[in-house]
Amino acid sequence: MQHETASPATPAVGANPLWEVFVRAKRGLNHVHAGSVHAPDAATALRHARDVYTRRAEGVSIWLVASTAIVASDPDAQGDWFEDDKPYRHPTFYTVSDEVGHL
Amino acid sequence: MSALDPLFTYLLRLGDDNLVLAQQLGALVSTMPELELDIAVANVCLDHLGQARYLLAYAAEVEGGGRDEDHLAMLRDERAFRNAVLFEQPNGDFAHTMARQFFVDAYQVPLYEGLATSADLRLATMAQKAAQESRYHLGSSSGWVVRLGDGTTQSRRRMQAAVNALWPFTADLFSADEVESVLVAEGIAVDPASLRPFFDDTVAAVLADATLVLPSDAYQRTGGRQGLHTELLGHLLPEMQSLYRAHRGVQW
Repeated sequence: MQHETASPATPAVGANPLWEVFVRAKRGLNHVHAGSVHAPDAATALRHARDVYTRRAEGVSIWLVASTAIVASDPDAQGDWFEDDKPYRHPTFYTVSDEVGHL
Repeated sequence: MSALDPLFTYLLRLGDDNLVLAQQLGALVSTMPELELDIAVANVCLDHLGQARYLLAYAAEVEGGGRDEDHLAMLRDERAFRNAVLFEQPNGDFAHTMARQFFVDAYQVPLYEGLATSADLRLATMAQKAAQESRYHLGSSSGWVVRLGDGTTQSRRRMQAAVNALWPFTADLFSADEVESVLVAEGIAVDPASLRPFFDDTVAAVLADATLVLPSDAYQRTGGRQGLHTELLGHLLPEMQSLYRAHRGVQW
């Protein structure tokens, strides 16, 4: 589990922490993880994220999360947690209209 | 039209500004201290190159003499370049690169915002996009001036040195002659003198934030708009033009 540190937006002087970048491709879609950047503070990280991950019109909005704020599942527990041989959980008994773009 | 057509000269002046700066920034790609800054400098470089291409292609069209944008960029000699002398100042250290960019941005933001309503629709279309690019550039470059100026003892010393070194080349940005006055009267160009208040206010505010000062020496080097350049352009052009001159008409 994560230990609470100083606010991720104002890390210690001289630090160059990692930030996770989420980009929204267009209005109405969700922000999707694009990658990460190193930056000493949130404002710089936001500019870096724009420069690195939206060069070719990939997005209209960026979210940043300090990597230290991410709580991740245990990769070793993948089998127990994400065992996927459960076809009965997939709702296959109704159809989705063609007009529904992003469900 | 003749080569003395004011619109042709005006487009060359603005186009050469961007071409010379793009060439300088391009040389920094792969050398920046962080991956993020490397990509950022490439982005800024390509923005200026895009502006240069648009302006020089339009200039070639206005001239109507059979030259194209490549011909204008690659086959003119130093004295035929019309960029302001600030743009040809060397990259230097990171502080110099950012201080030069900051002065450029504080000039180009009001320039392009003014040209966005030019009576010349080709210029206005280009300027609307360029103004967005320049506003983003200004946010980045002014941020670095403040960060380094109001930073450590060494970063402050180096940014102050950069400001001192580049300031004498800023007045050339606002040089104007009959080329501008003719086009201003037609609603096509922006009067360079009218850009000065935004430039001065921006520089004063950012330097104050950065705890930096302008040099008190009043000396200013001008003449770029007439082709009277500092020695640095003479080093930059051969590197930029050698391939094209060796392989005339080459595409790459």
